[in-house]
Amino acid sequence: MRVEVDQPKCVASGQCVLVAPQVFDQDDEGTVQLLDATPGPELDEDVRESAAICPAAAIRLVEA
Amino acid sequence: MTDTVMDTPTGLPEHPMPRATGCPFDPPPALKDLQAERPVSRVRIWDGSSPWMITRHEDVRALLGDPRISADPRRPGYPHRSAATRERDRTRNTLLTTDDPEHARLRRMVTAPFAIRKVEALRPSVRRIVDDLIEEMLAGPNPTDLVEAFALPLPSLVICALLGVPYEQHDFFQRHSRVLVHRASTREELLASSEALTDYLDGLLAAKLADPADDVLSTLAVERVATGELTRRQAAETGVLLLVAGHETTANMIALGTLALLRNPDQLALLRDRDDPKLVASAVEELLRYLNIVHSGRRRVALEDIEIGGELIHAGDGVIFANDIANRDPGAFPDPDRLDLTRDARRHVAFGYGVHQCLGQPLARVELQVAYSTLYSRIPTLAPATDFDQLEFKHDGFVYGVYELPVRW
Repeated sequence: MRVEVDQPKCVASGQCVLVAPQVFDQDDEGTVQLLDATPGPELDEDVRESAAICPAAAIRLVEA
Repeated sequence: MTDTVMDTPTGLPEHPMPRATGCPFDPPPALKDLQAERPVSRVRIWDGSSPWMITRHEDVRALLGDPRISADPRRPGYPHRSAATRERDRTRNTLLTTDDPEHARLRRMVTAPFAIRKVEALRPSVRRIVDDLIEEMLAGPNPTDLVEAFALPLPSLVICALLGVPYEQHDFFQRHSRVLVHRASTREELLASSEALTDYLDGLLAAKLADPADDVLSTLAVERVATGELTRRQAAETGVLLLVAGHETTANMIALGTLALLRNPDQLALLRDRDDPKLVASAVEELLRYLNIVHSGRRRVALEDIEIGGELIHAGDGVIFANDIANRDPGAFPDPDRLDLTRDARRHVAFGYGVHQCLGQPLARVELQVAYSTLYSRIPTLAPATDFDQLEFKHDGFVYGVYELPVRW
């Protein structure tokens, strides 16, 4: 699975960082930063949850 | 069409709807019926208009995240909360009342202090405040009102420190904040309190501009007002939002959450006896879901025709999102009326959804986590000091909660 983030859409709710800190981070303004665009399968569930709870639909998952 | 009767002006359910007597934690039963029978339907509000009511979790998320829905109260058709808020919102230009791209511009100016890393850095000072307040409470009269002794001062102290508002003036800003979140405030009361708080923040911004400190108001003053990106008035309005939202909501969550736990002793025991940050985090999400204190509905207006739940919402129609009942949607949360601190409640919509979702949610989480994980373990004998049916709930408030929560230990 590949992860894409749409920074202009991000509203800095920070929930992705709480759910999957190995994959998502924030810059100083709170905007999402992608740490790992191809996380291992053990993170699948967390990454999916992050995408699902993002209020701005700024996280997109591309299935391999 | 089979909805001729429902669509006659007298046949529509009135919003807001009353909660059932004796069930202060549950949304109105009529709302539950709507969700089960006609999840997207029209209701009648105070001004005689008939906006749509969205009650299912899935629909709430889909529509609140839809750019064809506007949060701008100046647009015709917007379902105002009251004549007072309609009047106030005519002149307000904040991140709550604008759409993108202006909303995004305004929001980005205040996201930095709420980034997870910054909020985590505040956790030790939140702990200190919680410990001090509990010490003071234990040294004071027993029984006491938990709202005054703990639930209100905690978030007030935290947001004051963050913004750079002197806490000594808490009587002033708490009094006016209460008017702003009280649904029954008259037009005059609401406008006067809104003005008093905006003037107060405006004065603070002027002082910060001359003598900046390390706080959010100083940053707004130096980086946004001095550069011309915001007028001082706009910055003051933003400051009011942060100050009011920063303490009224969290204070009500602490007090009402404590009451809900005292009424569910098995759940309280879980939280008190297990020293597990994961359980604490999950408990906070579940209490947010279960209590959904922002209970009078998120308000929007449709910009285009939108089909949802078998209904057609027309451009210009008002839309109200009943997030309280959406958080009790059995399609999203099994056995939704049960408080279960171990369930995965992360998809709740208590903070709203879409680009306007609560800006301060990371801070609220830290405050609630520290409060819930400390209060009951420090005071294991904490118990209500009054009969449950004697308590007064904020049925008339934009933010729900208890006015007072007398406790003993």
